[in-house]
Amino acid sequence: MTGKRYVYSALVENRPGVLSRVSGLFTRRGYNIDSLTVAETENPAYSRMTIALHSDENTAVQIRRQLEKLIDVISIAELTPNQSVTREHVLIKIAADADSRMAVISLTNIFRANIIDVSPQNMIIELTGDTTKTEAFIEVVRPFGILQAVRSGISGLERGVQIQNPSKV
Amino acid sequence: MLLSGAKIIVECLLEQGVDTVFGFPGGQIIDTYDALYAYRGRIRHILTSHEQGAAHAADGYARVSGKVGVVIATSGPGATNLVTGLATAFMDSVPMVAITGNVSSGLLGKDSFQEVDIFGITMPITKHNFIVRRVEELADTMRRAFRIAASGRPGPVLVDVLKDVQQAQCEFEPRQPEPILPETEKITEADIDVAVRMIEESKRPVIFAGGGVIRAGASPELYRFAARLGAPVSLSLMGLGAYPAGKRQYMGMLGMHGTRTSATAVSQADLLIVCGARFSDRVIMNANTFAKQLRILHLDIDAAEINKNIISYASVCGDVKVSLAMLTERCGLHHHGEWLAQVADWKAHEPRPAHSGKLTPQALIDTVRAAVPDDTIIATDVGQHQMWVAQRYPFQYPRTLCTSGGLGTMGYGMGAAIGAQSAFPKRRVVLFTGDGSFHMNLNELATAVTYRLPIVIVVMNNGVLGMVRQWQKILYNGRYSETTLHRQTDYVRLAEAFGATGLVVSRRDELARLIPEAVNLGRTVVIDARISKDENVLPMVAPGRSYNDQILSIDKQGGIL
Repeated sequence: MTGKRYVYSALVENRPGVLSRVSGLFTRRGYNIDSLTVAETENPAYSRMTIALHSDENTAVQIRRQLEKLIDVISIAELTPNQSVTREHVLIKIAADADSRMAVISLTNIFRANIIDVSPQNMIIELTGDTTKTEAFIEVVRPFGILQAVRSGISGLERGVQIQNPSKV
Repeated sequence: MLLSGAKIIVECLLEQGVDTVFGFPGGQIIDTYDALYAYRGRIRHILTSHEQGAAHAADGYARVSGKVGVVIATSGPGATNLVTGLATAFMDSVPMVAITGNVSSGLLGKDSFQEVDIFGITMPITKHNFIVRRVEELADTMRRAFRIAASGRPGPVLVDVLKDVQQAQCEFEPRQPEPILPETEKITEADIDVAVRMIEESKRPVIFAGGGVIRAGASPELYRFAARLGAPVSLSLMGLGAYPAGKRQYMGMLGMHGTRTSATAVSQADLLIVCGARFSDRVIMNANTFAKQLRILHLDIDAAEINKNIISYASVCGDVKVSLAMLTERCGLHHHGEWLAQVADWKAHEPRPAHSGKLTPQALIDTVRAAVPDDTIIATDVGQHQMWVAQRYPFQYPRTLCTSGGLGTMGYGMGAAIGAQSAFPKRRVVLFTGDGSFHMNLNELATAVTYRLPIVIVVMNNGVLGMVRQWQKILYNGRYSETTLHRQTDYVRLAEAFGATGLVVSRRDELARLIPEAVNLGRTVVIDARISKDENVLPMVAPGRSYNDQILSIDKQGGIL
């Protein structure tokens, strides 16, 4: 991954094909995407997408403008680290038998993660946090043996009073 | 009133002022055709030989008239046959609405007969597209489709309508479409101020205008702007006609096959004002060397075009008609006498094809031009003939050229000429094509004859795929892989078989007699014009090279002189 990290929050029409349009744009123009999350907003007519990517500044601007051109995209906001909060949800299945279980539990507590399933050979841990935290946790539990992991990709909102509302018709 | 979906589609077309549509019927669009039958006095349907021809016809109709072109096709193969036409229109920002039928909702997604996901297929080649699953959404979707196609930077929109939606009934109230206003909300005072300062500071400005000027109807504004600045003007292929050829300030086309004058001026200027053009690779040739010494001021309606291929010094984002008018009003009157004298000198020394007694493409184009009125519409296919026409034909007015610039679609011209002639039955329409391109969609000769369209089709017949061959000659050491045609087509008998007239021109001295005769026949005519396979399109900048390496002549062996 080269360049700076950019996170865009896109308010889009909740219509069939909108995810294809956005993901297709990235594929077609050769932009790399780190993660993309999408779900309905408080108003079922709209969805919100959080798109994280690495790129140089010019390409990031170009990506934003290309996204803004899509008819189903209502508005785009850039989520900068200072002005926004971002979170990611991770589920990790870790090899943990009777000998190592206590060590894993202690790390889980330090990271304020939750154990949601335990079996004699492994445990499933869930963790919510920003990307730095989730990646740090993954690194510390890696030596125990990560059997499977799933990351939600980040979702985010601007801090304070800025509210992205449908205004484009 | 309670109407079927099919009738709602036709009512929406009438609402939008559509009087002509192009298409081809089929099983899943049969209800809409049934409605067209009911409304047949009010909407004219042109039945083509193939859906691709219909799509290009809708495109040609839109390019010359400025209205939204409409094409109708059935599901499956009918819909996929539109793909090249939609992509062509998308690349050249042509306003079009394509209506396709699809299988009924119960059959959708079951790999039913003639089912294809045309919504998914056309997503990257349309400005927007819709699939209509409920009849209640149909009217508003149609209205949105027209609005999206025509507003901002225009483009094609596809509306896929399930068969049961066409059959279902729903309340319909006709509604007058709201006028589409020019997009100006992104034009800021600050941007205009910077632009004016750049213009005032410039000693050697060049104006470069593209298809955006034509789409915006901004030719008068461009003319006044150029007069105010006293700046020379170059056009892109898509911009031809936006500024009258023959004017003192006009330098010809800029690009791979543009004039030496345009190329030199851009390399010597201190300011390049780009109006409604998108820095295609066929213009910039090499992004690392293009116009490095100057400042670029980019005027475009599409924010995503600014800094996409070339970084500009400043930009004004909005309708180019408005931007140009604002700049003309704010800028002082300039003369740039020395700069224009320099340009005039370059123009006087512009390399020109040698005069010979042979039937050259240039002699052919000149003779056709002399035989037709000023407002004649020219359509082309793609290849050498397209570039010769672009270089040689003196386009005077906007919307007089239909050519596939962005996608470079061979086979585009026949459909486009049909669309253009349908839009303007009283004007002359000439299609310049090559024997390669013509063979791709010559089936539409049947359409031209059926609808008595007096299109003059000039086939520049050199027996080869000339443009690819030219590249092979220069760049691939004369290895002519699959570019020699060895065809036995008898164009006269071909034309006659379709009910058109055919004639052969093989010598230069026949031109003066045969061309006016053909043009004045008043019916579809195919002219088999035998030109040499060794004619080249020059000047040429090889792909990825810079304007310093412009090729001005080539010897028989492909050596660059």
